[in-house]
Amino acid sequence: MTGFDFSNYNRNAALHARGVPLPKATSTGTTIVGCIFDNGVVIAADTRATSGPIVADKNCEKLHYIAPKIWCAGAGTAADTEFTTALISSNVELHSLSTGRDPRVITCMTMLKQHLFRYQGHIGAYLVVAGVDPTGVGLFTVHAHGSTDKLPYVTMGSGSLAAMSVFESTWKPNMNREEAVAICAEAIKAGIFNDLGSGSNVDVCVIENDKPTQLLRNYMKPNERGQKERDYRFPKGTTAYLNQKIISKEDMRKYISVEEASGDPNLMEVDS
Amino acid sequence: MVGHGTMGMLGEDGIHVDMNHLKSGEVNLGTSIMAINFKDGVILGADSRTTTGAYIANRVTDKLTQVHDTIWCCRSGSAADTQAVADIVSYHLNTYAITNNEAPSTQVAASLFQELCYENKDSLSAGIIIAGYDPRHGGQVYSIPLGGSLHKQSYSIGGSGSTYIYGYCDAHWKENMTEEEGISFVRSALQEAIKWDGSSGGVIRLVVLTAKGAIRHLYLPDTNYTGPGATN
Repeated sequence: MTGFDFSNYNRNAALHARGVPLPKATSTGTTIVGCIFDNGVVIAADTRATSGPIVADKNCEKLHYIAPKIWCAGAGTAADTEFTTALISSNVELHSLSTGRDPRVITCMTMLKQHLFRYQGHIGAYLVVAGVDPTGVGLFTVHAHGSTDKLPYVTMGSGSLAAMSVFESTWKPNMNREEAVAICAEAIKAGIFNDLGSGSNVDVCVIENDKPTQLLRNYMKPNERGQKERDYRFPKGTTAYLNQKIISKEDMRKYISVEEASGDPNLMEVDS
Repeated sequence: MVGHGTMGMLGEDGIHVDMNHLKSGEVNLGTSIMAINFKDGVILGADSRTTTGAYIANRVTDKLTQVHDTIWCCRSGSAADTQAVADIVSYHLNTYAITNNEAPSTQVAASLFQELCYENKDSLSAGIIIAGYDPRHGGQVYSIPLGGSLHKQSYSIGGSGSTYIYGYCDAHWKENMTEEEGISFVRSALQEAIKWDGSSGGVIRLVVLTAKGAIRHLYLPDTNYTGPGATN
């Protein structure tokens, strides 16, 4: 049998009910966005991965490759977004090879939604699917339970509210590439600064018709660690002393006993 | 994410898992939907709000889904479940049309919906209204509530917002309305449902199904408001 094995699920739930804490999954806190423009689509993401209150990775990649002109931004459980996008990427390539056509965004979205629906939300992948294909520009959101939405601009993850406020206040129809990249970066920054689950840098991916896809890794670094204004290194001579005595190597024998070690290392006494 | 631990899952007689609890965090269509018969066919109507808890995940949702040329449905309940069901029915109707070299009737579509909703009633939360036009039977409206039963009706309302407009619809309903009367009936009923139901809102989408095919209508909110506080 292929797929996931849930046989330990009820055992874990029962153990949990008896007070055993469940293991923590990485991520969930995230800001991801997408926005269409004149000749293509742009998606963007923050780069913070969390495990509970701990920042697990300060510069992780949440933009996943599906096909040369179809990319995915992932929120939710890090492992699930990674593996579902890898699986669908593989199937999309096989499909494209057997049909002899460029893959379509809606095909990829349908494969994702049917996969996620089959697992009834247990695969915690929340995705923004974007790309260009022979039918035009595509931008979708896919929720873990398998529902999808088609919109000109989308946000997902815990920072989606902050990011959506940027789109709802500044978005306008028929934007060009530069405007779309700017609004997406601004939306991610809103997530980085206003949502505790999001942080660090901005990753951007621009997919355009008749142009190679551009992955702009760390497009913005609004959280660079600067030079510390003070440090705790003290200059030599800070501590005052009353006298000084220098012992030469030859004089050492006066204070400690020195013996030659025997040749056999197995005879060496480790503890005493 | 799915939350555990607030419920005691280990009882004296084994492990219990609450299905409804497991599906928390799902995207819901807290909805106002309806479909009516009129003189020349049917009219479907819906609001456009999709929610995840208190957050509006989509304010311009299209809950009127085409499953064949002139057979459409209104979806309420879980977005994932209703989309999955509609996709499967759409697939079956397309193969039906090819193998029989004839468009399926509305009843065939409704039966397919019922089969899926009834056989999977334990894992689905889907309230669907099917409306269609076919040359033999004209316009027809069917509703499939939660348990998976199938009801042929002259008009049908559904979703959380429908509870507010049972009286309104009953008082204003007429058989054999004109297209203009039908549109204004659906529009004003949904306007009322959106007004009172917090889980419904956004725009009003309509689809008119007649012998001429499917025609979409879109009505934006509050453009004809003249009461206190009006700015125009």
